[in-house]
Amino acid sequence: MGLLPLLLRGAPKRFLRASGSYRSLYESNSRRRRHGTDAAAADQAVNSRADHRPDDQMLDFPGAKAAFTSRMEFISPNAAEAVPCFRILDDLGRALDGSDIPEVDSSLAVKMYHTMVRLQTFDSIFYEAQRQGRISFYLTNIGEEALNVASAAALTKDDVVFPQYREHGVLMWRGFTLDEFANQCFSNEAGHGKGRQMPIHYGSEKLNYFTISSPIATQLPHAVGAAYGLKMDRKNACAVTYFGDGGSSEGDFHAACNFAAVLEAPVLFVCRNNGYAISTPACEQYKGKHSIQLLAFVLTTSQYFFLFLNFDAPGDGIVVRGRGYGMTSIRVDGNDALAVFKAVSAARKLAVEQSKPVLIEAMTYRVGHHSTSDDSTKYRSGEEIAHWRSVRDPVLRFRRWLESNAWWSVEDEKELRGAARKEVISAMNQAEKKNKPPLSELFTDVYDTLPRNLLEQEATLRDTVSKNPPSLAPH
Amino acid sequence: RAYVFGEDVKFGGVFRCTSGLADAFGTHRVFNTPLCEQGLVGFGIGLAAMGNRAIAEIQFADYIFPAFDQATAKFRYRSGNAFNCGGLTVRSPYGAVGHGGHYHSQSPEAFFCHVPGLKVVIPRNPSQAKGLLLASIRDPNPVIFFEPKWLYRLSVDEVPEGDYMLPLSNAEVIREGTDITLVAWGAQLAVMQQACAEAEKEGISCELIDLRTLIPWDKELVEASVNKTGKLIVSHEAPVTGGFGAEIAATIAERCFLRLEAPIARVCGLDTPFPLVFEPFYMPTANKVSTA
Repeated sequence: MGLLPLLLRGAPKRFLRASGSYRSLYESNSRRRRHGTDAAAADQAVNSRADHRPDDQMLDFPGAKAAFTSRMEFISPNAAEAVPCFRILDDLGRALDGSDIPEVDSSLAVKMYHTMVRLQTFDSIFYEAQRQGRISFYLTNIGEEALNVASAAALTKDDVVFPQYREHGVLMWRGFTLDEFANQCFSNEAGHGKGRQMPIHYGSEKLNYFTISSPIATQLPHAVGAAYGLKMDRKNACAVTYFGDGGSSEGDFHAACNFAAVLEAPVLFVCRNNGYAISTPACEQYKGKHSIQLLAFVLTTSQYFFLFLNFDAPGDGIVVRGRGYGMTSIRVDGNDALAVFKAVSAARKLAVEQSKPVLIEAMTYRVGHHSTSDDSTKYRSGEEIAHWRSVRDPVLRFRRWLESNAWWSVEDEKELRGAARKEVISAMNQAEKKNKPPLSELFTDVYDTLPRNLLEQEATLRDTVSKNPPSLAPH
Repeated sequence: RAYVFGEDVKFGGVFRCTSGLADAFGTHRVFNTPLCEQGLVGFGIGLAAMGNRAIAEIQFADYIFPAFDQATAKFRYRSGNAFNCGGLTVRSPYGAVGHGGHYHSQSPEAFFCHVPGLKVVIPRNPSQAKGLLLASIRDPNPVIFFEPKWLYRLSVDEVPEGDYMLPLSNAEVIREGTDITLVAWGAQLAVMQQACAEAEKEGISCELIDLRTLIPWDKELVEASVNKTGKLIVSHEAPVTGGFGAEIAATIAERCFLRLEAPIARVCGLDTPFPLVFEPFYMPTANKVSTA
């Protein structure tokens, strides 16, 4: 015991005990307990603790190590200030003073821009295709192109991606062709998913992009398990998973964050906080809030008065949870391609080098409707949508930066837009003409091989189909 | 590249199933997870999707429900076979134990038997458990392996030391007979054996089948047996309504209708949550089976 009481007696009040085994603290006490009766030994043990000054007693429950306090003080639900949002470019695409621009040369920047434009073009044409009844469903990425592409550009091809469903730009960056996108949307035989899922449920083993599924946030714990596997295999790679503000409310978010931190998994949690989960605005999704106070001067025909307005704005619901899990986190302007690129690059480095998870809350705006099954004008104003579509377009913002570097011109723009449109339409027409997958694909891949019950059911179905008019039978 | 994880798995587990594994293989491969079933199965899926063998433990089958969403097994199908989580095996103690009450006694196998893509396997004794578990772990499909907790301490068996596997989707006739077919799994087979012995005294020759794999199940073997005997009793601890016995009864009724000499009987748990003090009345005991 020797030195320990000496150190503690002379210690300032807020000194925290250096790490030591929890068990060893009590060894001497338990030895005494064995010699006397339980009650007497317990008394003795308690008294020996009283040898220390009361102020030096440290919180040493297994659940936490901290100093005690005699002042009862609840922790406020909100910090004094919202977590600041990292950005490099202003809304007009100009680098802010003091910004440290990441290493993005002209070829990388132009490639990023090409992908954003192709994504935008694909989205607008395929959205229309659904409206015309040519595909059954579609979901756009409008407003989140910079977030998609810039985050993808900061990763390597060995990093495994677990998407939600609004990250087609990540897949496009990695090399999924327009034909491959179109084939899946038209559920034809060339589509990777063999026509089983709704449109936009893309996946690619070759590109390390796990197949999209509709349930929200179920991919988050998968990403943690995959990341753990990468760590154990000593790969220079991490897992990256995307989800929305809505997804952060799911139990799987909590499960995944906790597991990732405790098990030390190299995974990036990228939250696309785009303000809406279908019709539910962020302020109905999470509580962290900030009060905004305004003093207004009101003039009427007979009198004037001051009006004090106090209203709440959604504040810190998501990024602040990182600390609760013991996880590094950052808030970034999701519509600033350079900021996203820089933040994701740094996060990836931290994750891979230190086997730690990182939470990135990327602020953005969902310009499009949730999907073709949604009409968002029912719950938000047309002016709001128009504002974010035009003035706050992240693609335009990035283009301005390219133009300021003389890496892009009006002619380039015209050429790219024309070419992209042509390519997308061609891919769409090709995909539409292809056959649907064969009936056998209804039964394959449920298990690795067909079990007897499925063999029977397939035989029965084929029998039924053969007795029916050809129009009802697939090819 | 195999991993064993779950709540309290590191020190050996609440049923000592994982004793010594952490020491043998290290705590990076045998480890505790935080207390979260949806997280632990989801984590297992991710590990398995990267080509590892992920052996997850759910401490009691009664707690498996938060993980149900993760366990709906569409991973291979929805990806067009680009991805799969066949390396996942979820082990969980299930079934009555005498004093378990609502939350330490349930038999949730029927819920999982309704999930295309999953396999559900239940052993009746230690030597079966070893062979079936090894087969489940190595099977390239996600498997839920329910272990009858009643038998952890009770069942004593000669277990071969080497590596061996028993085939999945293969039922086994463990007692041959000619008058009536009985089908069950897990701990219930011991009850059925008792009932068969009782019936033998009255001159009834019973054929007892251990289903072993509930999905995909061995319809052919059961069908062949019922074609021989003309009668069937299915018995399980889980509540009778919607229990897996219903699937067996419906299938055999379809296939053996003209051969059956009596309606198919199900001797099962009652349609109530699993009661504590009433357990002896709730359970499908040997008496109830004999009466049937």
